[in-house]
Amino acid sequence: MIYLQIFWAFFIANILGYGGGPPGIPLVQNEVVNHYHWLTNQEFGEILAVANALPSPISTKLAGYIGYEVAGVPGAVVGLIATVAPTAIAMILLLGFMNVFQKAPQIKAMTQSVRSIVAVMLGILAYEFIQGSIEQIGWVHTLILAAAAFFFLENRKIHPAVVIAGAMVYGVVFLH
Amino acid sequence: MIYWQLFLAFFRIGIFGYGGGPTMIPLVHAECVKKYNWVSAEEFADYYALGNALPGPIATKMAAYVGYKMKAWLGATVAITAVSLPVVIGMVVLMQFVSVLKNSSTVNGMIQAIQPVIAVMMITLTYEFFIKGWKGAQKKSGYLGLLALSIVGLLLLDIHPGLLVAVILLGAFLYSTWHAKQQKAKEQRSSRQL
Repeated sequence: MIYLQIFWAFFIANILGYGGGPPGIPLVQNEVVNHYHWLTNQEFGEILAVANALPSPISTKLAGYIGYEVAGVPGAVVGLIATVAPTAIAMILLLGFMNVFQKAPQIKAMTQSVRSIVAVMLGILAYEFIQGSIEQIGWVHTLILAAAAFFFLENRKIHPAVVIAGAMVYGVVFLH
Repeated sequence: MIYWQLFLAFFRIGIFGYGGGPTMIPLVHAECVKKYNWVSAEEFADYYALGNALPGPIATKMAAYVGYKMKAWLGATVAITAVSLPVVIGMVVLMQFVSVLKNSSTVNGMIQAIQPVIAVMMITLTYEFFIKGWKGAQKKSGYLGLLALSIVGLLLLDIHPGLLVAVILLGAFLYSTWHAKQQKAKEQRSSRQL
């Protein structure tokens, strides 16, 4: 029964958490604290703080960890599946459908027109990241890191993982 | 070993995707388009747009489809597992050190330093997609119109991207259906005249 509850809690929180990420946090809180009483608000806050210190999307971290707290390893697996599987399956079916009708003029028009919005979405994200960075670490550090990142990524073609690791070292040395 | 490569690629994406979902988009691009050539830049754009029209985190949706494209359902499972499971294990371990970590300025500094790097990757991607869209567009005016519509919708009206994607998809579907019908009618008319 507990597994079914875990599945349902995270399934609901993620299906309604349109857009994923931070907007979904109150929905998870509502399920695990207010509805099922698995955690107190303070415990939830602590988990959230640690989750924020780790990479990856917040929703999978919360689902995996809270699932583990409630029902051990199987609980973690169930929480993760409830978070990830429904939309993954929807994505595969939708794109598979588009592939089958690749030649149809409708599909061509749809994929082409959607590309313009992708460019804008990425541009907005880039702007938000820069703005957030300037707020947190000031424009001098932001500029140094951005210039260095551009040089290593674009001129030297170094793998992003390595550049990010380098930035982390810079952060430890200069930003605390 | 494609499974191993899938696992490795999405493991790296998960581990270095600091700052949540959007951070991981340029990383997915770097691994799947640039490094392994699993998907083209155009396909990547389609996944991203469509992924935004569905609920849930974007990285796992992209992992699902790239994995599925390479090795069907097993590939999708491997990619999703690689991107989400290691961090959950990290969570379990780290929760043991909560109090130390919460106020650690070292950890904060580390995370903050990553933001400009991600921003640079996003700017490059934005530029690449803008140029690709421009070159690929059959009607330049249509492309610019959609671009303007996206900017107004997302920035000024603050419409959710997923909703805007859905609206644009629907609009494109209706327009192209109407256009195809018109074309057919025209052909019929001209063949009758002959």
